[in-house]
Amino acid sequence: MQFHELTLFDARKLLDAKDISSVDLVTALLERIESCDGEIQAYITVDEKGALASARKADERLANGDSTPLLGIPVALKDLLCTKGLATTCASRMLEGFVPQYDATVVEKLKESGAVILGKTNLDEFAMGSSTENSGFHITRNPWSLDHVPGGSSGGSAAAVAARLCTASLGTDTGGSIRQPASHCGVVGIKPTYGRVSRFGLVSYASSLDQIGPITRDVRDTAIMLNALCGHDPRDTTSANVAVPDFTAALDEYETQGLKGMVAGIPKEFLSVKGLDSDVEKAFYHSVKQLESLGVEVKEISLPHTDYAVAAYYVIAPSEASSNLARFDGVRYGYRDTEAADLIGMYKKTKSKGFGDEVQRRIITGTYALSAGYYDAYYGQATKVRSLISQDFSRAFEGCDIIISPVAPTPAFKIGENVDDPLTMYLTDIFTLSTNMAGLPGISIPCGHGKTGLPIGFQMMANRFDEMALVRAAYGLEQTLALENCFPEM
Amino acid sequence: MLFEPVIGLEVHAQLKTKTKIFCNCPTTFGAPPNANTCPVCTGMPGVLPVLNRQAVTFAIKSALATDCTIARESRFDRKNYFYPDLPKGYQISQYAFPIAEHGHLVVEPEGADPKRIGITRIHMEEDAGKLIHDPGRGKSMVDLNRTGVPLVEIVSEPDMRSAEEAGAYLRKLHAILKYIDICDGNMEEGSFRCDANISLRPVGQEEFGTRTELKNLNSFKHVEKAIRHEIQRQTYILEEGKKVIQETRLWDPNKNVTRSMRGKEDAHDYRYFPDPDLVPLIVDETWIDAVKKEMPELPDARKQRFIADYSLSEYDAGILTGSRQLADYYEEAAANLKDKKQAANWIMGPVLGLVKSQGLAIETIPVSATELSELLLLVEAGKLNAGTAKTVFEEMIISDKAPLAIMKEKGLEQVSDQSELDSIVMSVIEANPKEHDAYKNGKTKLFSFFMGQIMKQTKGKADPKVVTSLLKQNL
Repeated sequence: MQFHELTLFDARKLLDAKDISSVDLVTALLERIESCDGEIQAYITVDEKGALASARKADERLANGDSTPLLGIPVALKDLLCTKGLATTCASRMLEGFVPQYDATVVEKLKESGAVILGKTNLDEFAMGSSTENSGFHITRNPWSLDHVPGGSSGGSAAAVAARLCTASLGTDTGGSIRQPASHCGVVGIKPTYGRVSRFGLVSYASSLDQIGPITRDVRDTAIMLNALCGHDPRDTTSANVAVPDFTAALDEYETQGLKGMVAGIPKEFLSVKGLDSDVEKAFYHSVKQLESLGVEVKEISLPHTDYAVAAYYVIAPSEASSNLARFDGVRYGYRDTEAADLIGMYKKTKSKGFGDEVQRRIITGTYALSAGYYDAYYGQATKVRSLISQDFSRAFEGCDIIISPVAPTPAFKIGENVDDPLTMYLTDIFTLSTNMAGLPGISIPCGHGKTGLPIGFQMMANRFDEMALVRAAYGLEQTLALENCFPEM
Repeated sequence: MLFEPVIGLEVHAQLKTKTKIFCNCPTTFGAPPNANTCPVCTGMPGVLPVLNRQAVTFAIKSALATDCTIARESRFDRKNYFYPDLPKGYQISQYAFPIAEHGHLVVEPEGADPKRIGITRIHMEEDAGKLIHDPGRGKSMVDLNRTGVPLVEIVSEPDMRSAEEAGAYLRKLHAILKYIDICDGNMEEGSFRCDANISLRPVGQEEFGTRTELKNLNSFKHVEKAIRHEIQRQTYILEEGKKVIQETRLWDPNKNVTRSMRGKEDAHDYRYFPDPDLVPLIVDETWIDAVKKEMPELPDARKQRFIADYSLSEYDAGILTGSRQLADYYEEAAANLKDKKQAANWIMGPVLGLVKSQGLAIETIPVSATELSELLLLVEAGKLNAGTAKTVFEEMIISDKAPLAIMKEKGLEQVSDQSELDSIVMSVIEANPKEHDAYKNGKTKLFSFFMGQIMKQTKGKADPKVVTSLLKQNL
């Protein structure tokens, strides 16, 4: 048995049975990183020493008969999440060498649950991008095909899970940044309801859209991770004070009750999108058939404002970003240009040199959209569109339990293919960003492979705080599809 | 042409919370640079603000005290600009939906009729830090202790027409905020800051002229001086047929002039938008009712009550309700006395004299309200007269002894015994025949000479009332 191949659930069983130790598991993964991550480059920072130390502690606790759901489980974190004493770069030159004095709430929760932090994974700088090509340090390659992107912005976290460089990972999703790379890398990724998971310690890109979620090998692992991550946090007033169910109960629900009686809606506007790849379409409808075979009633629904979603999103997200990123000014921490003669010069040079092109593009776009005289036409208008999109979903969920769609119009594209064309890149978010605009949960699970062998994901969305429906339906589909060759040979 | 000044004031009052508005750092003044900071108020990556409910309670108090309408739902916005004392690159403030609006104060400028000054709005915001420049080393340093200290900004309507009215408004607002105990009012430390908007218009004209904004007004005197100066400056400009430029001007208290700081074209575009890190602020009836219960009686109401219940003059009641502590002192001292006016006289005389001479606050002077009350009870009981009471009071300042003990120790108890005093009166008259004759011949002013002689003999202890009647009988 190769330890790095273990799912979280299987590793848990073996750890509790004392068949393996956390040190065994962590060592295997560190060796795997050593041998494979040179090609993939999923990680920005690997914390070998820290990981082994926590693994030893976990083993002591295990020896004492202690067990918590993640005790001894090696996880990787998107490098947008603050880790106390461990460099947090946001894949930006601006924060090279920055070491936070605090853990993000989710990191605290993982640690409380016994998880071992292996390291920090690559992303598009400050989560701005869909390919991880916008990293300030290096690109990450898709483990299925090294000349393809892993998707983004949580490309490092998705690639690390797909390449078995960690047992599970955390990503963040502002417009699809968990689900799209999960889809491109053939793994499971969920964006929980806005407010389900605390954002404290997540370096904000667009505060009203950002949400943290797990990326795992299968749906069961997702449920286990959700149990550890969700819950109200007094340090984040936008986190919701609602009860958190045991998400693994959704798996049992499927085992005992199946999916019979569930209603799934397919938004007609999504499937009429230009540029929808035929393999993606084929894989999607194949899964729809599987769901129908499980007794799910599938019907067409309408989300009439879909056409405006991308435009509205690319006003709101950059507007918030332009303000959120203002703090990176070279005064207190991070990169500072020392050549400038005066304060304004220092600001200009620091930001021009510290931020990459895409980040600067979005800051400029957002600054413009919030400017006096333009606010109503851009930010104001986009906010109205956002409300309409929310209403579309509310209306749709009156008649169905979940909404289903592809995750991205195409499988992973080639490295460099879209770099000079930001608009095309933005349009690839069409299926995912509406859920962020409406604050809804969405999950991506593998549903097949295209002709080129690259994986394709299937998206399910549910009403606010109904992740249970997602986990149950996703687990049902996963069991029924029973895909072979789930992970790339490496 | 005659011009009429139009003045509106913006007051920033620092709220007396123990901790900052969006984090748990202390708000103590004078800590070493950056001692009162944490990842939240220094704008580290990934941290989030959490609203301090005490700050909201204080803002609600300010709204209740100025008759504002309190918004059931208000919102925080971001005011975006770059400066090293602003760590996040934006200030969290309330722009579109402030916590309170549409209030007013009634002010009484000296020698003029009371006037109602409208209050446009009250909103909550966080303070910025400060820069310490070291020109010697060519460096500027940032101190973020003040960053995130809660403020309310109270914006008046342009209802004031003179520097005196502006001064009266400011003093009244200052007194009220101190009264309701939400702001320490210390202008030197910046706890109470004022900007003034001033424009002129020809008398009789409806629309406003071009305004300037005055900054750096950190005492009542300077506010009035600066406004007077600015009115004059604008008058000269208009009289010459020139136009006032819309700009921000800085008051220079050393030279007593204002100078241009930045023009309209240099004004920032703050790109206000709702802060997505903070949920809307909901203030419900229950919260407001709870705050109402905590509200002290406001100065105006207390003054009217003093006039009605204690038969004080308007003037005395005004002085005694000037601060909450003074009014409390008065009420405590006067509580057991029949003659409420006596307590008022004592406080406005010797007690406030003591406050002034020792440079202390009323609540820290060595004679407490209870002790003063004990002293005045002795006067009411006829055991001390005005003179001996003063002697006892002087002793109370330096000793811990009770008035009664001091009186006994010094043998100051008033002599009111008719027969005892009668013999003294007779002996004094007999000893001064010349004066007695002169008195009888109409030099009645000599009455006080006899009184003085008797007091001298009794060391001031003789009851003046008894002595007066005895002298009148026998002279």
